[in-house]
Amino acid sequence: MARAVTTRRKALNTAIAWTIGLLIFFPILWTILTSFKTEAVAIANPPVFLNFDWTLENYRVVMERSDYMRFLWNSVIIAGGSTVLGVIIAVPAAWSMAFVPSRRTKDILLWMLSTKMLPAVGVLYPIYLLCIQLGLLDSRIALVVILMLINLPIIVWMLYTYFREIPGEILEAARMDGASLKDEILYVLTPMAVPGIASTLLLNFILAWNEAFWTLNLTSVDAAPLTAFIASYSSPEGLFFAKLSAASTMAIAPILILGWFSQKQLVRGLTFGAVK
Amino acid sequence: MGRITLDKVRKTFGEVEVIPPLDLTIEDGEFVVFVGPSGCGKSTLLRLIAGLEDVSGGQIRIDGEDATMVPPAKRRLAMVFQSYALYPHMSVRKNIAFPMRMAKMPQHEQDRRIEAAAKALNLTDYLDRRPGQLSGGQRQRVAIGRAIVREPAAFLFDEPLSNLDAALRVGMRMEISELHKKLDTTMIYVTHDQVEAMTMADKIVVLRAGHIEQVGSPLELYRTPRNTFVAGFIGSPRMNLIEGAAAADLGAHTMGIRPEHIDVSTGAGQWQGTVGVAEHLGSDTFIHIHGIPGCDPLTVRADGEVSVRHGDTVHLTPQTQHIHRFGADGLRIA
Repeated sequence: MARAVTTRRKALNTAIAWTIGLLIFFPILWTILTSFKTEAVAIANPPVFLNFDWTLENYRVVMERSDYMRFLWNSVIIAGGSTVLGVIIAVPAAWSMAFVPSRRTKDILLWMLSTKMLPAVGVLYPIYLLCIQLGLLDSRIALVVILMLINLPIIVWMLYTYFREIPGEILEAARMDGASLKDEILYVLTPMAVPGIASTLLLNFILAWNEAFWTLNLTSVDAAPLTAFIASYSSPEGLFFAKLSAASTMAIAPILILGWFSQKQLVRGLTFGAVK
Repeated sequence: MGRITLDKVRKTFGEVEVIPPLDLTIEDGEFVVFVGPSGCGKSTLLRLIAGLEDVSGGQIRIDGEDATMVPPAKRRLAMVFQSYALYPHMSVRKNIAFPMRMAKMPQHEQDRRIEAAAKALNLTDYLDRRPGQLSGGQRQRVAIGRAIVREPAAFLFDEPLSNLDAALRVGMRMEISELHKKLDTTMIYVTHDQVEAMTMADKIVVLRAGHIEQVGSPLELYRTPRNTFVAGFIGSPRMNLIEGAAAADLGAHTMGIRPEHIDVSTGAGQWQGTVGVAEHLGSDTFIHIHGIPGCDPLTVRADGEVSVRHGDTVHLTPQTQHIHRFGADGLRIA
């Protein structure tokens, strides 16, 4: 039913939405602004908002002191690798749950999700030991596998919801048309689920990119991604807020840009199936 | 070749027996229609033949070979679904090519068959469109095209016309019948619409609750229904089944007489009743008559010119040679 929406009400809603949006975005904005300040201005009290001498000095120092590209590359490999590997494993899993469910399918889905409720630090010790035993400490392979396992429940859940929207008769038609299970998944199911798979990839890439607990605890030099890059500017140096901000900005910039360009896809993916 | 034999095939879902052991032979080149009310197991039976459901017992043979455990992809059967089940992300051409692509057929042969199928089904102008851009009738043609290019041993149709509007349904019905005459391939067709069954079938299989009630040609079923269920299901409007004195006089529990086999007169007749509703179709008039003991209302199919009004008194006489007699168990008395 249509509701009468007055202009005033609309303006009020818009104002509230913008306020909430800006409130959420403010810390990021502040970080970016601080990265262009001198250290003195960064800690000035009262804080300076826009009226300061903009400088790129912090970026120059950060670039000089750390090998940004190596951290970036590690982040790309770890986030990308874990996401792709996760999807490859999750597609068949979600297929079976969506199209040949058993009496226990719902329980398995819930059980998988429950692993996300476990505090990560609870398994730090065993996983740390495993990594040492296998000689995988500070290796990208270990992080790819661990982050994949951590995000796998979410990937399976997301794909499962998308797959359930696909009519089973189409897959049966493929079977009648002579498609093997592999053909069916490769040529019929996957192309039909592309929007869903794309947003799953995207969301999990972002999750893996931002993941800090495991990346900080299991790496030191060789496999350290951008999270470690930021962390290296925090504690030992004391109050170098401007440089920390510059490092943070450099670390979040790639994912921010990716998110900006794919937000339509992401929103569609996250609300998919919510309204039918 | 496409001779399909079901030997004591049964199907259970958990505790529920949907299809009790059932025997049926479908000859090569036959057009067989499975018909019955919803929930009678006709679709399940088709899906068992297709291999989309596993049988719980018994054997399915295709051309003499045991196909019970053969996956659907290897049974050489093509299926047309009620929802068409086209691949929405592929063009019409790619949809039709899909089974040939799966069979790794050479490209030039694929192209030749696509052209031929498209021509036969009036799809030539639509080959590069997506299914979403087609009308219901066109989508159904694409689904049929996808089935015929493989040259399967048999075609399976699962209520293929129920999503189409009435006019289109009549047209597609004829197209499918003509296709059968041309290809001379076994076709198994599932429907709940007895008109489709009567007009298309060489052989009708009437099902109820997983049981085969009768197998026979449309006219056999019409002329000599084996029991009251088939008598009531085949024919439109349905046969009048009269119980009580009128039946007892003939030595039966139930007497059956089709609406078209009753003579109406305003003068005299065996029975007398009052007109309830008269449906004027132009060519015919269906008159529903109240007041006949053992059957209310009784339906009569009269000439289109007959004009009766609600409340009129009419006299009816059944044509003796067309009376069916059934026993208390529902079975026909010869």
